[in-house]
Amino acid sequence: MTSFRYIGTKRRAKEHPRFVSGRGRFVADIALPGMKHVALVASPHAAARIVSIKTDAARAAPGVLYVLTGEEFCANTDSLAIGVDAPKVTRFALARGVVRYAGEWVAAVVADSRALAEDAAERVEVEYEPLPHVIDPEAALAPGAPLVHPAHGSNLLYHRKFVWGPVEEAFASAEHRIAFRAVWGRSATVPIETFGVAAQWDAGTGILDIWASIQMPKFPDQAARALRLPGNAVRVHYDVDVGGSYGVKRGIKHTVLVGYLAKKLGVAVRLIEDRLENLRGGDMQGPDRFFDMQVAFGADGVIRAMKIRAVDDVGAYAGRSPFQLGKPVTAICGPYAIGAIEYEPISVMTNKTPQEAVRGFGQSPTNFAIERAIDRAARHLGMDQVELRKRNFIRKDQFPYTIPSGSTYDSGDYHGVLDETLAAIDYGSLVRARDEARRSGRLAGIGISSCLEPSGGNSAFEVLMNPKNENTTWMDSCLVRVDLSGAITGVIGNSSAGQGHESLVSTVLGEILERDPETIRVVRADSLTALPSNSPVGSRMAIMLGGAAAGAAKTIKETLIAIAAHNFECSPEDLEYRDGSVNVKGAPSKEFSWDQLVEIAHRKFHKLPPGIEPGLQAKFVWEVPTGGALPTPEGRIQIYPCYAFEAHVVLVEIDPDTCKPAIRKYLCGHDCGVMINPDIVHGMTYGGIAHGLGAALYEKFAYTEDGQLASGTFMDYLIPSAMEVPAMAIVDHCTPSPLTTFGQKGSGEAGYLGAPAAIANAVNDALAPLGASIDTLPMSHLAIWNAIGARKGAAST
Amino acid sequence: MSETLHAVSVEVNGKPRSAQVPARLSLVDWLRDDLLLTGTHVGCEHGICGACSVMLDGEPVRACLMYAVQAHGHRVTTVEGLAKPDGSMSVLQDSFCEAHGLQCGYCTPGMLIAAQGLLNTNPDPTEAQIRDAIGGNLCRCTGYQQIVEAVQLAAERTAKEAK
Repeated sequence: MTSFRYIGTKRRAKEHPRFVSGRGRFVADIALPGMKHVALVASPHAAARIVSIKTDAARAAPGVLYVLTGEEFCANTDSLAIGVDAPKVTRFALARGVVRYAGEWVAAVVADSRALAEDAAERVEVEYEPLPHVIDPEAALAPGAPLVHPAHGSNLLYHRKFVWGPVEEAFASAEHRIAFRAVWGRSATVPIETFGVAAQWDAGTGILDIWASIQMPKFPDQAARALRLPGNAVRVHYDVDVGGSYGVKRGIKHTVLVGYLAKKLGVAVRLIEDRLENLRGGDMQGPDRFFDMQVAFGADGVIRAMKIRAVDDVGAYAGRSPFQLGKPVTAICGPYAIGAIEYEPISVMTNKTPQEAVRGFGQSPTNFAIERAIDRAARHLGMDQVELRKRNFIRKDQFPYTIPSGSTYDSGDYHGVLDETLAAIDYGSLVRARDEARRSGRLAGIGISSCLEPSGGNSAFEVLMNPKNENTTWMDSCLVRVDLSGAITGVIGNSSAGQGHESLVSTVLGEILERDPETIRVVRADSLTALPSNSPVGSRMAIMLGGAAAGAAKTIKETLIAIAAHNFECSPEDLEYRDGSVNVKGAPSKEFSWDQLVEIAHRKFHKLPPGIEPGLQAKFVWEVPTGGALPTPEGRIQIYPCYAFEAHVVLVEIDPDTCKPAIRKYLCGHDCGVMINPDIVHGMTYGGIAHGLGAALYEKFAYTEDGQLASGTFMDYLIPSAMEVPAMAIVDHCTPSPLTTFGQKGSGEAGYLGAPAAIANAVNDALAPLGASIDTLPMSHLAIWNAIGARKGAAST
Repeated sequence: MSETLHAVSVEVNGKPRSAQVPARLSLVDWLRDDLLLTGTHVGCEHGICGACSVMLDGEPVRACLMYAVQAHGHRVTTVEGLAKPDGSMSVLQDSFCEAHGLQCGYCTPGMLIAAQGLLNTNPDPTEAQIRDAIGGNLCRCTGYQQIVEAVQLAAERTAKEAK
């Protein structure tokens, strides 16, 4: 393998010093002169007609500047974009005429302080006439169900049945078949920082400046379009630290609302969600999905075919959320060589808070369903779950490997990673520990999952799910400047939420240019000065931003060599580049130093070769490797170039009296190719496992029958603490990607993609001696208690 | 409805600070909005997440659950007050950088306060004691693993420095 100087070494993140000293610059830290604050009036009903809104008392309250309602707002802005072909499903930040979920914003109060805005918000009087609502996605699909958007004609947003390969033949001839339903609960990644946005309109320049806590592709374009402004009238500042996102920090409706107010009122306006606004009205709940799974397999454990029907509840409005059924197409058989797949994604609207992108973009729920199927197939046959996986894994010598849905996996060593993981956790002793616990009367189980992380994609699920939406690129870019002092600056066009992009880019630039990354600065452009970026979504930045930075650095390097060749009157091939200096091969003293070359580039045009621009800078815009093609008529498609692999092994014990599960051991084998910064990759993986633990055991946006969110605080929406998240270990394995600059793959969604499946399998292993099982997340103490109780009840009758 | 103001005098990061504040002003809003100490963050405003943790007379407390007037006559230390007297990073801050004990940095000030509160009274904590001490501070990035390692590293380094 290639050896690197900086890549793969332990390096402190460039971002850390400002955060540990309290000098981060988050959106709530941005104080604009004369800034006003927004509080929101939210609907108490899941569905209702707005009869009247009286704002006089609120307007008269102390410190109040304005009260905005949906009538005015919707008349002066355009609907937010919807990805699938459903133009009647319009969506605005403030409701007009009807409300479609409890918590939907009805009016916005602007005042001198947030406290005064909240005081006044209580004086807004809204009269509602409740309407029938629907909360359950299956009920929403039934004839006669209340329609969330009557103009759309039904609650169905998207439905297609993909058939790739001889599925029915395989089912007809298979020796064994199983069928079950797996349910993924409505949860999300819920960052500790809520969403926030500040905006300021400059009437002199005609520019709307926006500072927001965002992680969203095409954010400036969407904001401008909804505000009916040209794109170059909206300037989004990317130098805002984002306090966690993991997919959900979109906030486009908030931004259009605040942007409208700032422009209309001519003052700076800020909205920082409080936690209830965030959980209930922030439109960032995650996939809420059930899977009807059917698997056909032989007595040898080899899976012949699989049918997956996935019904996903996106809530009352949709932006990109239906696409979270699209990403799984690209890894629909997991790491297994399954020749025939049927996949039927169904996207449904109900009267719940809208869904937003969550870490993995729908892949983690799908992996959970597939891995429950693997576990159930092994139990059905009485075969060891490790053995069954190994019999189905794609082998190392089969890559590049094209799965039935048309996606080609770049590289992998699934057998190797699983073997190393089992060896590292000492699987034999783990089994003994489980059996020992069982003998002493405790409930204990081992769970395994093995799954993929598709990374660096081109967002072509858009065109797969909506032929009118021809998106086949998802480029990213980097500008590299070397100033007259010789210092290097990388310019990127996105904000970051803890992924360490400044560390990534400085390491890559240092690697290519052979300069110390400590001395390299990375800054963020704004949306009017930035090169195109699609933001850090879909585990893409190591691949795409890393690749773009490397491409720009290579151009700088070539320029320096060309300058030296011109002045030595020799060919570039006769020269070698070392640590930023260029010398004649075999004659180290015939050298131009970095400083000399930089000075020529900046000041001595007479010494520049023809065709080289003065000044020393280079840009690189990178298209997604393997990207650019439309899907076939059967829906076969390549979206993601790289596939990272993870294998989780976990030992769970369940207290037989309280049914509280506790994780005794957790190990994750992980192969994301070459790691640019191992600490950062490990950190994201640990964090992803903790997210997965929450989704598996604790976190749920629960709704009451009358459509009220029952988990609107952190006392009800349970985020795992250091007491619930166990000590974990990671086993690294490196199968480089042949498609990327350094062999790297994406890893921003690592851990989360396999943890819920592994934990769910472990809980089921613990319940197996009782004959109980559970396939619904989260597997709360109560749910486990009920599963055991149901089994005991069945046994006693 | 003009609000009655109350005088408060608080020692914040070693400096005396005085102000006239309304009774309902939370300590965290006072620190952030009036004293411009924005290192302390607001996460849930109902006392669960711990992002707003500060030290009150050396003990970690939640600045979202306290009113500014309740801090009258007390000593408050925020993340900005953790650095060494020369302004360089404390052992704990440096250890968080070294062990990659943070990602987005939002919960970090509260974590540092909770961990420093532990180390002040227990310089050689076990892993379980560290987890207990930061158990009231939620982090969504790290899964706590590297935070625990950072606190362990800080304890080791402090012990070495003391020798």
